[in-house]
Amino acid sequence: MKIKLIGIAAAAVMAAFSVTSVEAVAKTKACWVYVGAVGDFGWTYEHNHARELAQKHFGDKLETKYVENVKEGPDSERAITRFARSGCDIIFTTSFGYMEPTLKVAKKFPKVKFEHATGYKTAANVTTYNAKFHEGRYVIGQIAARTSKTGVAGYIVSFPIPEVIAGINAFMLGAQSVNPDFKVKVVWVNSWFDPGKEADAAKVLISQGADVLTQHTDSAAPIQIAEEQGKHAFGQASDQSKFGPKSQLTAIIDNWAPYYIRRIQAIMDGTWKTQTSWDGMAEGTVSMAPMKNMPDDVAAEAAKTIEGIKAGTIFPFTGPITKQDGTVVGEAGKSLPDGEILGMKWYVKGIDDKLQK
Amino acid sequence: MEAIILTIITAATPLLLAAMGELVVERSGVLNLGVEGMMVVGAVCAFGAALGTGSVMLGILAGIAGGMFMGLLFAIMTQTFLSNQVATGLALTLLGLGVSGLIGESFVGQPGVKLGQIHIPLLSELPVIGRIVFGQDVLVYGSFALMIATSYVLFKTRTGLIVRAVGGNHHSAHALGYNVVAVRYAAILFGGACSGLAGAYLSLAYTPQWVENMTAGRGWIALALVVFASWMPVRVMIGAYLFGTVWIMGLFVQAMGYGIPSQLLSSLPYLVTIVALVIISGNRTLTKINSPAMIGQPFVPDR
Repeated sequence: MKIKLIGIAAAAVMAAFSVTSVEAVAKTKACWVYVGAVGDFGWTYEHNHARELAQKHFGDKLETKYVENVKEGPDSERAITRFARSGCDIIFTTSFGYMEPTLKVAKKFPKVKFEHATGYKTAANVTTYNAKFHEGRYVIGQIAARTSKTGVAGYIVSFPIPEVIAGINAFMLGAQSVNPDFKVKVVWVNSWFDPGKEADAAKVLISQGADVLTQHTDSAAPIQIAEEQGKHAFGQASDQSKFGPKSQLTAIIDNWAPYYIRRIQAIMDGTWKTQTSWDGMAEGTVSMAPMKNMPDDVAAEAAKTIEGIKAGTIFPFTGPITKQDGTVVGEAGKSLPDGEILGMKWYVKGIDDKLQK
Repeated sequence: MEAIILTIITAATPLLLAAMGELVVERSGVLNLGVEGMMVVGAVCAFGAALGTGSVMLGILAGIAGGMFMGLLFAIMTQTFLSNQVATGLALTLLGLGVSGLIGESFVGQPGVKLGQIHIPLLSELPVIGRIVFGQDVLVYGSFALMIATSYVLFKTRTGLIVRAVGGNHHSAHALGYNVVAVRYAAILFGGACSGLAGAYLSLAYTPQWVENMTAGRGWIALALVVFASWMPVRVMIGAYLFGTVWIMGLFVQAMGYGIPSQLLSSLPYLVTIVALVIISGNRTLTKINSPAMIGQPFVPDR
């Protein structure tokens, strides 16, 4: 685990000047804890990119630090504690598994503000933030069903947490909106990041008839396999078209910068409050890469769906929805309540997999 | 079926390459826990060289060189300065992960150069076995050649006898006039080269891209294979392929949608491989004879 200090030089210059400068104010210090490497070109890459943008936005007024490759569990508690002790004003913990450690550390450091990504527990100084990635997944589900010849998609996933399950369901509902018989095959690799295993899973899925791949893991390996074998795939978290110039249909892109800038500003203004933030396409946190390698009418249809989601006329989870076990949830024409989506532990009908109880 | 077997081969090859190197290292009486670190440095060097020059062969050579360099660091620390091998090996892994991240910073997000498969006209077009037997890339054939060569050299040549003697009892080997430290240096460098090659396979053939930590624990699996295979090259190969097979079948069964817990399927390769290798290594006296008695012990030449 290595810590990179960003802006050491800037800090040194500031320190030198602060003796004479009357205006020198205390800098705000924001710190990030990452589950993967900043070079994963996926989830962590985008968080770090947003950190860089925030740094640029605030310039000298902000000091940022990050620590990468922090395992979920006890390791993360240590990393978060160290940040809290080192004088961070706000700490962003960017993985689901940091939820309990974040709350535990937050209790010990009531003056420090904590922001936990993708979790669902808050406290006086702990806020949660997430993005409605399922909106993007609904769109790519639709595209998958339109472009697939075999009518089977392969879905490579990490861990069965609500966010991931909601993603699979949204993808399936999007696909079913244009092809009710569409099939989704699911492979759990039990890791957020293992390029080799993700590639293996991609090959296995293709061998079982999937001709369009999507994933909820963090490397570009599956898209590379799709490219090699002449199939289609969707980029994850970043635009990965470099890895699949002929295979990437589009990608769901995470854009955390506006959120980070807003929250750091709130710290500076002293207006920070506990909240749960859940932005989507309308706020720009979830966006899509250019539509490629698909017929124009499919791209046009996807654009229309995106417009609908932004305008609030299309919801990925519109009732009534039939669950895998046959029960029906949701009111006709209305979106499922947020709580139901955030805590989703069931599959919609038609998914070729079973969830463990 | 063909696709499955091809996938198994790609999954097993890096394990086989790295484990074969570590086997020789351990046979010479040295325990190098830094396989993961040497592998990941090999991966980044191979990727960078291939990307910069456009030549996959140069990439492979750079991977070997990267692994050997890491091996050399380990050899200097443990053989010349007699540092603790376990601690040094662990440090080597951490160092490798950090250094490779640093070297590879500018490679992130760039598609790499892929090591192509060999196509032998007619033969590789045979039904079923064509692509499996005659259509692999050079490193897959290389891994088999390496296994046969290692086995031959270790057990049928004088060189192999010396290596085993050094690993079995370094005082006797020294008394016979063999340069224990030099033999171990050579073995460690060979191990580094193999790990580097395994890394090159990952970043050039398995998933032609560079991402930090892309070895994802494969070095540790290779390390475990060597012990459970009781330091026998053929068994290491069986172990690597068994591991690869159960690993891929786990994914295959999941995609079929039977609803078997994925956590169980993910742990099966480890369980099955360990159990199988323990059973085939069941003869305790043979295992005792095979295990290098001097493993992990430093050697100080007396006059």
